[in-house]
Amino acid sequence: MEINWFTVIAQIVNFLILVWLLKRFLYKPVLKAVDERKKKIEARLEDAAMRKAEAKKDKDLFRQKNEDFDKERTAKMNLAQEDVNSEKERLFKKVRNESNALRSKFENSFKQRKQELTDSLKRKTKDEVFAIVGKTLSDLANANLEDQVIHVFIKKIDNLTEVEKSKFIHALNDKHNPVAIKSVFDLSASSKQKLEKAIGQFAEKQLDFNYKLEAELLSGIEIETASHQMSWNIESYLDSLSRDSITM
Amino acid sequence: MRVSPDQMVFWEYGFITINLTIVTTWALMFLLVFGAWLITRKLKSDIETSRWQNVLEMLVLMIRNQIKEVGLSKPDKYMGFIGTLFLFIAVSNLLIILPWYEAPTGSLSTTAALAISVFIAVPFFGIAEGGLKRYLHSYLQPNIIMLPFNIISEISRTLALAVRLFGNIMSGGLIATVLISIVPFFFPMVMSALGMLTGMIQAYIFAILATVYIAAATEDTQRKKHKEIPLEVNEKQI
Repeated sequence: MEINWFTVIAQIVNFLILVWLLKRFLYKPVLKAVDERKKKIEARLEDAAMRKAEAKKDKDLFRQKNEDFDKERTAKMNLAQEDVNSEKERLFKKVRNESNALRSKFENSFKQRKQELTDSLKRKTKDEVFAIVGKTLSDLANANLEDQVIHVFIKKIDNLTEVEKSKFIHALNDKHNPVAIKSVFDLSASSKQKLEKAIGQFAEKQLDFNYKLEAELLSGIEIETASHQMSWNIESYLDSLSRDSITM
Repeated sequence: MRVSPDQMVFWEYGFITINLTIVTTWALMFLLVFGAWLITRKLKSDIETSRWQNVLEMLVLMIRNQIKEVGLSKPDKYMGFIGTLFLFIAVSNLLIILPWYEAPTGSLSTTAALAISVFIAVPFFGIAEGGLKRYLHSYLQPNIIMLPFNIISEISRTLALAVRLFGNIMSGGLIATVLISIVPFFFPMVMSALGMLTGMIQAYIFAILATVYIAAATEDTQRKKHKEIPLEVNEKQI
């Protein structure tokens, strides 16, 4: 168990060479690889973190945009709804107005038509009745229809009530006293005379008579002073006839 | 009976003697360097690596962490020396599994050489770290009276390093040899396994002690620089 000093020196040298060789071929490359890997992993992690942050930013941006879009859409929808409602209201109003106008126009036209029909019917009936009555009267009596009208009118004057009579007298004696006698036919001289006599009995002065032809009177006669009017004709009868005929 | 591989001499010329210890050491050196080169020539710094690269990385990082744990804050600086100590002793002890192999660590010359290397390395690193003045000052700690004791401690621990490793390995080999001659089957195999375990532990102890000595030499400087907790690992604990 002795120490061989040459071996000791040789082993020291061997050891130092081994240290150098292992440093060169083992520790340095391995540590370098480990450090590089560490750096790579760190870089990757950093990159990942950066990407994550970027993704989050993008996500936030996208969400914000989405929210903005939703808000805008809702606002636009509301606006559009309001527009539609107001437009609908406007159109409804327009249609209602038009329909009202049409209805009133139609009603007017209907009324007019009705009036025309009634008038025409009245006229026809009057003419017919007049003709029938005239014919009947002329057939039955030897006095013509006009004479009968005068006769009936004179009778009406004679049969006036006291109140009517006083009104009539007052009217005749008024200072404006031309008495207008309106008829649909020309009165004969005898008829005129009879009338003047019948009227004149109430007058306190000489009366002026003014004869007029009036087609609207429908086989009747009318006395008109400045303040009074008295008439007889078949129009009232015809009116009731026409009412009955229309309501039928 | 041969106790040390030094005694088997292949070639001799005066002072120069090429014995089994030196030859085995060369073979081990070739094995270590060639193996390292074989693996590290195609190292990858990608996430996926070869399994041999993983093994090497684990080994190297383990050594580095051990150095760091003992208290050297810059392990890469001491990596070459301490790592090589550990690897050389470990591989040389582990190969006793091979027949007719004699570990160079079973030679007192080798262990003395390694212990002398540590003996030189401690002041070398101490001076490199904190300067000559600070290193020499550490011999006067805690008091000038302690100077001779510090020097004795320095020499005795070097001696202890050499003898501890030599004794363990040599005795292991010797017992195996003796047992083979008495009980040729089974028992020497168990002893070999035990020898491998002892050899591994000795490699660890040798490397750790070297680290502790270096750390102690550079301790003041490091504590001043990093304000680290004082070293808790010392020789007595081991």
